[in-house]
Amino acid sequence: MEILSRIAQGLEAGDDAAVPQLTRDALAQGIAATTVLDEGLIAGMNVVGEKFRVHDIFLPDVLLAARAMYAGMDVLKPLLISAGVASRGRVVIGSVQGDLHDIGKNLVGIMLKGAGFEVIDLGNDVAAATFVEAAKSQQAGVIGMSALLTTTMPVMKEVVDLLKKERLCGRIKTIIGGAPVSRDYADEIGADAYGYDCAQAVEQVKHLAAVVS
Amino acid sequence: MKESFKARIVAGDVLLADGAIGSLLLERGLAPGAAPESLNLSRPQLLEEIAGLYLEAGAMIIQSNTFGASPLKLSHYGLADKAAAINEGGVAAVCRAVGERAWVAASCGPSGRILKPFGDTEAEQVYESFRTQMQAVINAGADVVCVETMSDVNEARLAVQAARSVSASIPVMATMTFEPTPRGFFTIMGVSIARACRELEDAGADLVGSNCGNGSAQMVAIAEEFKKNTRLPLLIQANAGVPELRQGKVHYPETPEFMAGLAGAWLDAGVAVIGGCCGTTPGHTRAMRRALDEELKKHHGHTSS
Repeated sequence: MEILSRIAQGLEAGDDAAVPQLTRDALAQGIAATTVLDEGLIAGMNVVGEKFRVHDIFLPDVLLAARAMYAGMDVLKPLLISAGVASRGRVVIGSVQGDLHDIGKNLVGIMLKGAGFEVIDLGNDVAAATFVEAAKSQQAGVIGMSALLTTTMPVMKEVVDLLKKERLCGRIKTIIGGAPVSRDYADEIGADAYGYDCAQAVEQVKHLAAVVS
Repeated sequence: MKESFKARIVAGDVLLADGAIGSLLLERGLAPGAAPESLNLSRPQLLEEIAGLYLEAGAMIIQSNTFGASPLKLSHYGLADKAAAINEGGVAAVCRAVGERAWVAASCGPSGRILKPFGDTEAEQVYESFRTQMQAVINAGADVVCVETMSDVNEARLAVQAARSVSASIPVMATMTFEPTPRGFFTIMGVSIARACRELEDAGADLVGSNCGNGSAQMVAIAEEFKKNTRLPLLIQANAGVPELRQGKVHYPETPEFMAGLAGAWLDAGVAVIGGCCGTTPGHTRAMRRALDEELKKHHGHTSS
């Protein structure tokens, strides 16, 4: 469907006027809201995330694309809700304590919302106990943690250890990501998953949420 | 009377700047997640001690612990209203430690906000925040202002202009942090080295260059690229490599000896000020001092300090 690729292209171009208009046009053509979301908005954002990762585009392009994505989502949201598209579950996300970097974390948040998760974004500089408290009180099945600084990565281990201590490991799963983070580190600290990039993080969260629920 | 910093730069001398502060503060009990700059008020003797270590190691330029002390950045910790005192305290601690024996450079890092149209923050707000910081550090006796680790050249310009508005004469150094991409070096905001040179010079910077990043080997390539794009003197402050976690401890791979091994490369690249960023220690400064002195003997037949 040509209009869906136009939505994706508009999103890549960060055109927050064209994207909601094209979204409306797609719906008028009778395309289902979930299809517009998956094959238009999310598909476009996946391309943006990948281009950013390989330094083909830079942060301003990502910020504009995210704005366009939100403009499109605003059009779809009432339809998705009335169509009774079930929430896939709740995810608590944040950049760990000491880390004020939140670009990657925000991008993952946007993609998770697009994928149908309810996202509780705790922002940046989030302490281990705050992650666990929020997941408990909000009944979230997954905690997603991001770090850009090697110096702040140990907070991720604190969260995993705290969940172990409170015997919550089975009910609350953990996923970590960020430039200095690796699969080895996830294995070392006992995190349940590692997201190499945004798209992979969302795939991993889908698996974790399925296990929890 | 302290020697003129500008005169030494104009004379073509190579000046050695200090290394990291944050990691030394963590070793001395700074809680992870706390504002390092809050120690300027609560434990200024720590900053005097660290300045003294770098001075003793041979640094001629010592930075103040004011990297994140702009009111906008401090507001994250609820400390915005203490910005003036924190900046003054940071500069005063270094002044007490070094006296006339080194130049005091006031560190000034990013606001942590993203300017419109990409983010939600007005340029005016960022400018006023930097102005508050610049007034405090310059009043407290800083010899040089060092705007650093910038990724948005518009924000860097605002910081340089804020310093200029407080003092027409104070030397202003400005550095940005670059990453290698398939199309050359860019900041995460997409600023090339050529554009950084053009815009920072236009804003009134006296020295330009790069800090932080992915280690000193890559910094040589960055310095060479700068040299092609500006006639301003260059300032380079590299990380001791990309940090790794080993058994829960942060480890920087580049040893003092490794970094000092590049002294000749810095001279060849025409760098005016060479210092260290994340992961560098007084040990790195000492090794670089020794290596620079030897290289300078070879290059000019005299030492610089």
